[in-house]
Amino acid sequence: MSLEDMYQEIILDHYRKPLNRAPSLEDEAVAVHHSNPLCGDEMDLRLRVVDDAVDAVVFDGEGCSISQAAASAMTDAVIGRDLKDALDLTEDFRRMMHGDEPARADDLKDGVAFQGVAKFPVRVKCALLGWMALKDAIETYERGASAHTVTHEE
Amino acid sequence: MAFDVPALRKEFPTLQREIDGHRLVYLDSGASSQTPRVVLDAMDRYYSWSRSNVHRGVYQLAEEATDLYEGARAKLATFLDADPRGVVFTKNATEGCNLVAYSWVRRQLGPGDALLTTVMEHHANHVPFTTAANELGFEVRHVPLTDDGQLDLDAARELVADGKVRFLAAVHVSNVLGTINDVAELAGVVREANPDAKVHIDGAQAVPHLPVSFRELDVDFYAITGHKMLGPTGIGALIARPELLESMEPFLTGGDMIRDVTLEGATWNDIPHKFEAGTPMIAEAAGLGAAVDLLTDLGMDAVREHEVDMAAGLLDAVGGIDGVTIHGPSDPALRGAAVSFAVDGVHPHDVGAMLGSKGVCVRVGHHCTKPLMRCLGLTATARASAYVYNDRDDLEPLVDGIEAAKTFFAR
Repeated sequence: MSLEDMYQEIILDHYRKPLNRAPSLEDEAVAVHHSNPLCGDEMDLRLRVVDDAVDAVVFDGEGCSISQAAASAMTDAVIGRDLKDALDLTEDFRRMMHGDEPARADDLKDGVAFQGVAKFPVRVKCALLGWMALKDAIETYERGASAHTVTHEE
Repeated sequence: MAFDVPALRKEFPTLQREIDGHRLVYLDSGASSQTPRVVLDAMDRYYSWSRSNVHRGVYQLAEEATDLYEGARAKLATFLDADPRGVVFTKNATEGCNLVAYSWVRRQLGPGDALLTTVMEHHANHVPFTTAANELGFEVRHVPLTDDGQLDLDAARELVADGKVRFLAAVHVSNVLGTINDVAELAGVVREANPDAKVHIDGAQAVPHLPVSFRELDVDFYAITGHKMLGPTGIGALIARPELLESMEPFLTGGDMIRDVTLEGATWNDIPHKFEAGTPMIAEAAGLGAAVDLLTDLGMDAVREHEVDMAAGLLDAVGGIDGVTIHGPSDPALRGAAVSFAVDGVHPHDVGAMLGSKGVCVRVGHHCTKPLMRCLGLTATARASAYVYNDRDDLEPLVDGIEAAKTFFAR
């Protein structure tokens, strides 16, 4: 598999025109900051919850194309889902990044395009950054807190 | 040029590889250099002919192993113009910095004292000292940079003016900016304010690339690593003034570093053995000795001349690409051939991945210099670093790869 195969057009589209990329969110319930020291990626993710569901999620920050595109595709896949369901989908994406076939390929939407990233181990962390930030935001919300900062180990 | 680069390149097995049909272009020697056949052979000879432990052996194999190990120490001492009694083998430069931090700084500095360092240190020469400062309550001061990525010596003079600085820890050549620091002058600035101050230099990026004389630099400690100077991984050295080592307590204790041991305690062996506890890296020392021989044959003046040429080539070729910014000195005479750069609108990780897919190896990330990255307002850079086996033929694939990344990731 070549590098160009990993960077499918669908990924580049999300990188060039990210969905739900914004520095702030009205009525946010939780803001989390995640960083990946290996590549210097930094991500702020904000979550709004209505009726225990993801009403809105936005991200902002700096990072490689994979991290930015994966976060963009993630937002599109989880908005409108129950928190529990969004966590379940996050787990599906995480398993896919470790080589498993996705059980919820349709629900992952453009997220399935990242399946090839699993073949580039050093980039898996990049693809997971947005999803792990979402998971943390939901768990932080469920703990009753409103902010959390996480540094992902190399 | 005093040596034949294409002929030399043939001596490095890895450099004969292809990646997806592309010739391997290795521009990451700042992270680790490639290993020539002579180094592999030296290690192989130890394992397949003289394999035994060093010191105290009374049979031929043990004498041969001891000769290999101590012979490497003597070669390294000659190469660096140092006293062999002041050459302590370590695992790497990081261990050398820790030895100094634990056996000198932590036993000497306390509240009211200050340690001077710079904002461009590698974590290896930063964390051991800041950790000590946080535990022991001494102050750490940082020499800032000029706009061209050099140490601001005027600022350094002000930082030492109160005479409280008792220790200087500074890098000789920056692994990110490529800057060659005038460490002798910086040491002079520190000692002018406090004649008893001790000076420790991280030479990991200097010794592979420049002629270095420990005596002429007139510093107290100087840490190096083998794997960046054509040697194997797992061996480095701390070069120190012998009289200073004699006055210091050991860092690690155990076998081989003792003179006598009783049920109650121990006395220490002579230097440098006092600082080498346990069975050392014998094969690696043999390999490092062979690497030193090769560098000596090439001549460090010729190596430096070659790298000024490569630095100039990299600055021209990479700096000439539209939308590329180079970090560090713009004058090749003031820097090494490690060149960090940013490509407008393309994350360094993407630049590195694109280059890698074309067989061009560069390093991306924070290069273990997070304080420097923060100073520069960056989170990461891409870095191409050249060595003796690179020549200007390696520049075209690098430039083509950067251009390809620009096109591919254009927004």
